[in-house]
Amino acid sequence: MSSEPITVYIRPSRGLSALNLRDLWIYRELIYFLVWRDLKVRYKQTLLGASWAILQPLITMLVFDFIFGRVGKVPTEGLPYPLFSFAGLLPWGLFSTALNQGSRSLVSNQNMITKIYFPRLVLPLAAILAGLVDFAIAFLILIGLMIYYGVTPAAAFWTLPFFILLALITALGVALWLSALNVRYRDVNHALPFLTQLWLFLTPIAYSSSLISERWRLIYALNPMAGVVNGFRWALFGVGEGPGIGLWMAVFVALGLLISGLFYFRAMERTFADLI
Amino acid sequence: MPAIRVENLSKRYRIGTAQTRFRYHDTLRDRLVEWVKAPLRGLRGPGEEYVWALREVSFDVPEGQVLGIIGRNGAGKSTLLKILSRVTEPTEGTVTVRGRVGSLLEVGTGFHPELTGRENIFLNGAILGMKRAEIERKFDEIVAFAEVEKFIDTPVKRYSSGMYLRLAFAVAAHLEPEILVVDEVLAVGDAEFQKKCLGKMSDVAQQGRTVLFVSHNMSAILRLTQEAIVLEKGRLVKRAPTAEAVDYYLSSGHSELGERRWEAEEIPAAAAPFVPLALRVRNGRGQVVDTVRSVEGATVEFEYRLEAPVQGLRVGIYLMTIRGEFVFTSFDTDDPGLFERYGTRPAGHYLSRAILPPDLLNEGRYVIGVNASSFGVRRYFMDENALSFNVDISGAPGTQWPEVRLGPIRPRLEWRIERLE
Repeated sequence: MSSEPITVYIRPSRGLSALNLRDLWIYRELIYFLVWRDLKVRYKQTLLGASWAILQPLITMLVFDFIFGRVGKVPTEGLPYPLFSFAGLLPWGLFSTALNQGSRSLVSNQNMITKIYFPRLVLPLAAILAGLVDFAIAFLILIGLMIYYGVTPAAAFWTLPFFILLALITALGVALWLSALNVRYRDVNHALPFLTQLWLFLTPIAYSSSLISERWRLIYALNPMAGVVNGFRWALFGVGEGPGIGLWMAVFVALGLLISGLFYFRAMERTFADLI
Repeated sequence: MPAIRVENLSKRYRIGTAQTRFRYHDTLRDRLVEWVKAPLRGLRGPGEEYVWALREVSFDVPEGQVLGIIGRNGAGKSTLLKILSRVTEPTEGTVTVRGRVGSLLEVGTGFHPELTGRENIFLNGAILGMKRAEIERKFDEIVAFAEVEKFIDTPVKRYSSGMYLRLAFAVAAHLEPEILVVDEVLAVGDAEFQKKCLGKMSDVAQQGRTVLFVSHNMSAILRLTQEAIVLEKGRLVKRAPTAEAVDYYLSSGHSELGERRWEAEEIPAAAAPFVPLALRVRNGRGQVVDTVRSVEGATVEFEYRLEAPVQGLRVGIYLMTIRGEFVFTSFDTDDPGLFERYGTRPAGHYLSRAILPPDLLNEGRYVIGVNASSFGVRRYFMDENALSFNVDISGAPGTQWPEVRLGPIRPRLEWRIERLE
């Protein structure tokens, strides 16, 4: 046991609370264990196990290929349609899983919240990081598709982690808002599928953002996921919109969501155990 | 400097959130309705919407003391422990805590049924704030304490409830915090395991660590603590050596002797549609009394209201000695005939009455607990220390000798004496 025990002062917090990221660092092992639990548990008692991570984007891609690629004949900047849409579905899958799991993370762990102290930020953070493993599995399919179509990666391939990070930051920012709101208003549970669906349509996954007219381009770029998907296609195949004003707007909006989300979450944190 | 210093601690809840068992959620629609009604709401005082779970509580706990905390349901015990373990924030006042606080508020928090015993030890340890290296070091000890060596790689959903509980307690008990907070963990598990838990707790106390112990089990409180505080409606009303505090607690709070009434704020919202009203002890002549004569017999009656029909409801009493030993448990639909007739109890005002036959109890003070539940479905209401009463044995068998007879019952047995030639 340590020589001099730490002294903790418990008192009502007032006003804007500090982010207290040091506490988060102390509890980093808990994040690891929660991610590990989510992964262990997610596919238990499922017939297909981890192949769900592959099946979901794969089947969506096939449906998109039929509707938009063959029937709709959407322009794809010269790429085979399956490859084009899969490069969008991949970060989208990461984002939507992270957003959904993150937003529900507090409510689904309510017994922990009402019983034990730990930095509550750990929960949405762990939920979001767990999505990375599904992403990694689905990434193998992309590599398979690229080999099948004989497409070599573009020179900017190394920038991919940046776009992955951008997707995670966006998901975390929104999930911080929604998970804290969900504690009080369970409407969030009902709104989430709807929100995810709308957001899917506003992101250039099935279609190319070049279809958006010049007038609307800037407003369209306010959606950070548009920047992520365009960035993925640019980094992988060197097509479409590369880094530019659109990407900067995406980064700006994503960071805005993250910072405001962090402060809102911290402000609401003190009442979680009472309200959940 | 004391290990824990609590100063003017108060905690206010919005009505409807005071009891953790009851979960109250706003929906946006409710909020919108509220906004529309807002002008009217100003007419009602703000006091109507809040309830103080703790009010200006102050006390110190010196390092190494084992302090008992006693009080009825809703007296603020759980709220106090939750503030000390930083689960919830106080509304006013401060607490200064020296050292790591480990809580056994609810053992097994974060246990996942699909994971194995081994995996759950690591997960639960991390949730409780243990470092991975620390868990690894204590792993064998935890497994041995829980006696689950053979099943350590089996998912805990296949465990018996006893094994599950032992494992959960074992992890929490090996946390080795400077301050340990224990709430009612001993209410569960078999007698053997309870003994082991109590042993572990006194070990902890002997190592000079500070322990706060909340329990309804007066015998455990008496055995483990030298001093106790009594909470009543959120206020600290007594701090005394344990025996004195227990005595104070058991004889206080009953506004009239022989009767216990429940105020609206004492009833957890989760009890609905069951509303307990009063519990009374009557003597052979039907008077509400604090002391009954064992030769006369007595009646215990529980008055309550059902606000909706309840299926399979059984309302019953526990009888315990003042030391917390059970004497018996009995329910109003134990009789098969009544059980058939009251399959579903319609809404209404009820009185369930039990007649204690003459020559049943030995002298002393007894505690009645009440329980209303639908077996295997839900427990609506429970109060393990609802009312206490005295038994006077004058005229009972054997009173010609002025001696203390052991045991809680004093039956009039039919003795025959035969002289064998």
